[in-house]
Amino acid sequence: MKTAGLLVMPAGFFLVVAAIALFSSLTMRSIFVLCGLAVECLGLGIAVRSHMAARGEN
Amino acid sequence: MDPYAALPLPQSAFVLGLCLLLVAPLAIAGVALINAGLGRSRSAAQSLLGSLVLVAVAIIAFAIVGVAFGYGETGYTFSIAGKPWDWIGAGSFALSGFSAGTVQYQLATLFEFISVAFAVLIAWGSGADRFRILAGAAAACILAAFVFPMLAYWVWGAGWLAQLGFNFTLGDGFLDPGGASTVHVLGGLSALAVAWIAGPRKGKFPKEGLSTAMPGHNAVYVLFGCLLALVGWLAWNMAGALMWADLPPTELTVTAINTLLSASGAVAATFTVTRVRFGKPDASLCANGWLAGLVTSSACAAIVSPMQALLAGMVAGLITPLLVELLELFLSIDDPSGAITVHAASGIWGLVAAGLFSSQQGQFLAQLVGIAALLGLILPLVYLLFWLVNLVLPFRVDADGERIGMDLHELGGNAYPEFVVHRDDSYR
Repeated sequence: MKTAGLLVMPAGFFLVVAAIALFSSLTMRSIFVLCGLAVECLGLGIAVRSHMAARGEN
Repeated sequence: MDPYAALPLPQSAFVLGLCLLLVAPLAIAGVALINAGLGRSRSAAQSLLGSLVLVAVAIIAFAIVGVAFGYGETGYTFSIAGKPWDWIGAGSFALSGFSAGTVQYQLATLFEFISVAFAVLIAWGSGADRFRILAGAAAACILAAFVFPMLAYWVWGAGWLAQLGFNFTLGDGFLDPGGASTVHVLGGLSALAVAWIAGPRKGKFPKEGLSTAMPGHNAVYVLFGCLLALVGWLAWNMAGALMWADLPPTELTVTAINTLLSASGAVAATFTVTRVRFGKPDASLCANGWLAGLVTSSACAAIVSPMQALLAGMVAGLITPLLVELLELFLSIDDPSGAITVHAASGIWGLVAAGLFSSQQGQFLAQLVGIAALLGLILPLVYLLFWLVNLVLPFRVDADGERIGMDLHELGGNAYPEFVVHRDDSYR
């Protein structure tokens, strides 16, 4: 699951890159950049959750 | 700023920059001392020797390989939507032609040498009491040879983040004169990768109940390290402002004052939070708060006003103890030095603050794009690279090594051979 979470994070980054490359309006760029960051946070959340699930194994 | 640009750097600015960069390594010394103090007594010598080894390996790897990717007259470029995206430098390996470079190039390269040494040290503290020196050195080598140079080129060179303003009219492009992203966020995210891969210390997170408190062994080291780091940080931020924010020497005092205000605001906030929450201020958390303020200042000291720097520092100081608690109690991440909070979270906050307080249109968005690159690309990349290193050179020491302590296991002798081992310092 940690790997899955870490794979989601670059998807958010590419959304950010697409936003600044494809849109010229600052508002549209801002919305899509925030969406990209939200996707990255989602991926980070999944990775953190999977780490928590392994608690006590050490 | 393009270090190859033909702009003449006044000789006085060159001498000032060089002098500042000679003092800046005190920040590294301070953090190394803090890392040693926050670990256990039976791993103190290994912690400090490891710091030396990691710094040495990083400097050598950067000199031979990294310097080629960190800078170059030309970079490797591809095109998206008709715009050039410089993603890595294409300079010379092994510092060939270094002495013939411009003074800007030479100063910038020296700045990067010191920065890479600091960046690799940050994750070392998170692996305290279990991270093997050899594995740490391998991880440092990879960071210094590939990851740091690429990020430095993006931010300080002619890379795509620095060009966001020119290519996409996003303010002045991604701004980070003091290395909050290239040094601290990179180091903090590496610390997260190390904490995940090495796992928690034995007995830290029992299956049932709260996590076990494992306090640092020497609060004096930790607090003195904070004062030592301040001296280095002042020089560091001023050098960064001179080189990357193009501030004239006459405006550097504001950068220094901002650095002081940010650190002071942060420690005051952390002192208050811990005093309210626990009844008494917590020394190690206050040290973390102080460092968090300094890290925040790395991003914004050269850009914001003194009161904005104070506010940014206070927010960092408020967040730090809460986030340290969140990581330990709820997210089961064992980070003895608090590097993830202090360097990654505070660095990201500093970058956000630099955008928030800017009057340039699009600057905030440029900062967010930089943060997205750090989280979305650099963290997975560092985790993948460290995971591969861990397959060849395991990060974590074996159970017996952890039981007797890293000093005895890796060095064959203790840092404090005449110390009496207390019951609460013994193996759980």
